[in-house]
Amino acid sequence: MKRNGQVLLTVERITKQFGGVVAVNDVSFDVNKGEILAVIGPNGAGKTTLFNIVTGILAPSSGTVRFSGTDITGKKPYQIAQLGMTRTFQNLEVFTNMSVIENVMTGAHRNMKTSFLQAGLRVPSVKKEEKAVEEKAMRCLEKVGIAHLAYERAETLPYGNQRLLEIARAIAAEPALILLDEPMAGLNDEESRRLVEVILQLRKEGLTFVFVEHDMETVMAISDHIVVLDNGVKIGEGTPEEIYRNKAVVAAYLGEEETVC
Amino acid sequence: MHERRLGTWLFALGILLFPLIVHSNYLLSILIMIGFYSLVCNGLTMLMGYAGQISLGHAAFYGIGAYTTAYLSATHGWSPWLSIIAGAIISAFIAFIVGIPTFKLKGHYLALATLGFGVIVYTCFKEFTSITGGMNGFFGIPSIKLFAWEFSNDARFYYLIWIVVFLSLLFSQNIIHSRVGRALRSIEGSEAASDAVGIDIMRYKLQVFVYSAICASIAGSLYAHYVTFINPQAFDAMLSIYFLIMVITGGASSIWGAVIGSSVFVLLSELLKEVVPLVFSNAGGEFEIVFFGVLLVVMLIYMPNGLTAAWKKITGKWRTSTTLSPAAKGGGGR
Amino acid sequence: MEVFSQFIQLFFSGLTIGSIYALIAIGFVVTYNVTGVLNFAQGEFAMLGALTAISLSGAGLSLWAAISLAIAIVVLIGALFEKTAIYPARHSSAATLIIITIGVSFVFRGLAIFIWGTQPQSLRPFTSNHPITIFQAVLLPQNLWAIAISLVGVFSMGYFFNKTYIGKAVSACVVNQFAARLMGIHPEKMSLIAISISAGLGALAGIVIAPISGASYNMGMMLGMKAFVAAVIGGLTNAPAAVVGAFLLGILESFAEGFWSAGLKDAISFALLLMMLFVKPNGLFAKATGKRV
Ligand SMILES: Nc1ncnc2c1ncn2[C@@H]1O[C@H](COP(=O)(O)OP(=O)(O)OP(=O)(O)O)[C@@H](O)[C@H]1O
Ligand SMILES: [Mg+2]
Repeated sequence: MKRNGQVLLTVERITKQFGGVVAVNDVSFDVNKGEILAVIGPNGAGKTTLFNIVTGILAPSSGTVRFSGTDITGKKPYQIAQLGMTRTFQNLEVFTNMSVIENVMTGAHRNMKTSFLQAGLRVPSVKKEEKAVEEKAMRCLEKVGIAHLAYERAETLPYGNQRLLEIARAIAAEPALILLDEPMAGLNDEESRRLVEVILQLRKEGLTFVFVEHDMETVMAISDHIVVLDNGVKIGEGTPEEIYRNKAVVAAYLGEEETVC
Repeated sequence: MHERRLGTWLFALGILLFPLIVHSNYLLSILIMIGFYSLVCNGLTMLMGYAGQISLGHAAFYGIGAYTTAYLSATHGWSPWLSIIAGAIISAFIAFIVGIPTFKLKGHYLALATLGFGVIVYTCFKEFTSITGGMNGFFGIPSIKLFAWEFSNDARFYYLIWIVVFLSLLFSQNIIHSRVGRALRSIEGSEAASDAVGIDIMRYKLQVFVYSAICASIAGSLYAHYVTFINPQAFDAMLSIYFLIMVITGGASSIWGAVIGSSVFVLLSELLKEVVPLVFSNAGGEFEIVFFGVLLVVMLIYMPNGLTAAWKKITGKWRTSTTLSPAAKGGGGR
Repeated sequence: MEVFSQFIQLFFSGLTIGSIYALIAIGFVVTYNVTGVLNFAQGEFAMLGALTAISLSGAGLSLWAAISLAIAIVVLIGALFEKTAIYPARHSSAATLIIITIGVSFVFRGLAIFIWGTQPQSLRPFTSNHPITIFQAVLLPQNLWAIAISLVGVFSMGYFFNKTYIGKAVSACVVNQFAARLMGIHPEKMSLIAISISAGLGALAGIVIAPISGASYNMGMMLGMKAFVAAVIGGLTNAPAAVVGAFLLGILESFAEGFWSAGLKDAISFALLLMMLFVKPNGLFAKATGKRV
């Protein structure tokens, strides 16, 4: 099970209880720099809850999360994001009150400097920064392939494009790690293929991904490492081949869901 | 030149020329009232329309501005300029302190907390009679002087207030089209997502709340120096709700909504005062309140984004805040 | 003994005003639970109830007939209010709905000035108002009426929501709108029922207080806001807790007024509101929940 590489994210013995429900139960794993790690598991397995704990939206009942060597357990979500971890949401959280490109420009917030007073007085640096960020946002939109929609209202975009928009917004922050919660849900084949390309390309540029996905074909094709959750418990971990051969995993999950090609 | 700048400068020109064309003190006094309210609504639009945070207590800051400047300039002989600034600082400080626990709240709870804050401050105006004069009111607030120039007549005061309004509108507009403006709007769009891109939501809520408090405070101070007599009744919960009506009528989708909402409100109340007694000879203020109540309900049900949004819908334009956008370049967006 | 009798006196007037707050607060909680609307017009129902009852009894109706008819009229007004202002906007945001109810409260107040003028009016006490002396404190029978009627109101509401079919249907909507719909209950209808009932409770509150402190077009706003404070103490979603909150608030106000300053009484209530919101926003008895993503 030993993988080579530098650890970026460590999830250590995380447990989360909601009243009587144990949504995540003593889960540990590492994410290495530059890798694509998939978290899979049936509905209600605790994948989204795990993401919410890692990004600081939920506090774990016990356990720790470390990111780039710092303990981020108990930190606020925006603080964690400022350290270089962004995410997308399973149930889309696009800024519907903005245009597409403004959504992406908002994503770049953490690398900008303008303060309230500077913005109000529009000091010269603001103008420069605005121009730069708009160009950067445009490049992010080009990467995901929806640059032609830049000046549309975000809420008018079809579902699939809103997913791509969330990804563009996440990469605009120039993070080290991106968490994608079911990025392919609602995408057509063409869009899914495009998204896979985007992810692989960004990984080449040095980004690390953790993603939740139900589409096994994609998971097996692009992930370097897979973590399997069932009922909050980690029931397996390994490379796609190892997971494919893992009896417990196949019984608990793959057997009753889709067959692997 | 960008279209939005063009609008701003045309607006400035209109304001500049108005008193030269129209020589009516009555109309000037109405425009001065619109000026006070526009200044309050400018800040409130940033808070409510852009950051999506309701306040039912802004009359408190309007009042704090008014009483601070009254007390310091009339009782202690400060220069009105200094006392206005002191009022703004006090308001900012109170907004900051009150804002920290308040903006942990959302929706209904936020509305209740700001309402409660407004009532508490109002009660203080009423009860701390040694400073405020209580229900008898505060008399003899001096007018503002700039060297030998005294802002004592309507025409002079008109320029004073509208210069301030204009500057504050510019400031707000600059905010909107920037990193800070996007951060504010992202809070209304989705707090989860703004968190996820590293926006410190609390910090921006506080900043915009403090800004809106400063705007209201300065407006209240100027109002005090204009009317020279104030009384707690001028700053009750009703006024907070009138501010709300103005912001909603104008619409929060544009900074011009503040001016439009204030104008519609003031002009309608003047109109009602003129017209209603002609129709019902013994009618009093009840029609005004019924009318604004109905206006509020109808607006929110049928035109929830206000007049400016309705106008944009009609003309096919909508807000976008980037420099490269086709709409901003005058090419017409979608 | 002097202090003790004052204590009793203040305690009873606290209970009296508390019972008024309680009736209105139940209305809030019921409306809020079923429709998600924080109804700022709730206090106006008290005003409408009181003034209508005064007019009807002035027109020669017997007191009890006037009271019943006034309540019925206000229930109808409540239903009309739901149909014209709440129902069409039911999908709007919390803030929008609040502001709509504020607009409606304006309308009610304006109409009240139009019909009844601005002069305070009074209703005659329900029974002869010979003071009763208990522990040297002088109590008026109307105070006892107020307390008794509101207790009856509170308990009959408890019965209604837990024992009757319609009441249970309304409660079901509170627990889970979706499940209620699956079981053939229409949340829309329940919203109408809930608001009408709340209007009736408000009217009753106004009628009960009218012989004690009079009635005027602007009595609703403060009553409504105080009932808010009571409801928040209880956590906005818990009717019995709101009733407890209402009595606590009434007693606190009464003592603040008696021992300190009548003018600052409102500030004290709202300071309590802020404290509750800041420290225990979900009421004295609840735990926090957040939005799921
Ligand atoms: N905020 C919450 N409060 C209470 N229970 C919760 C909360 N969030 C999640 N749960 C419960 O925790 C369990 C795990 O949910 P989670 O959303 O993490 O699953 P998931 O693996 O993301 O499922 P899916 O594939 O459907 O997205 C479920 O039983 C869910 O009901
Ligand atoms: Mg999930």
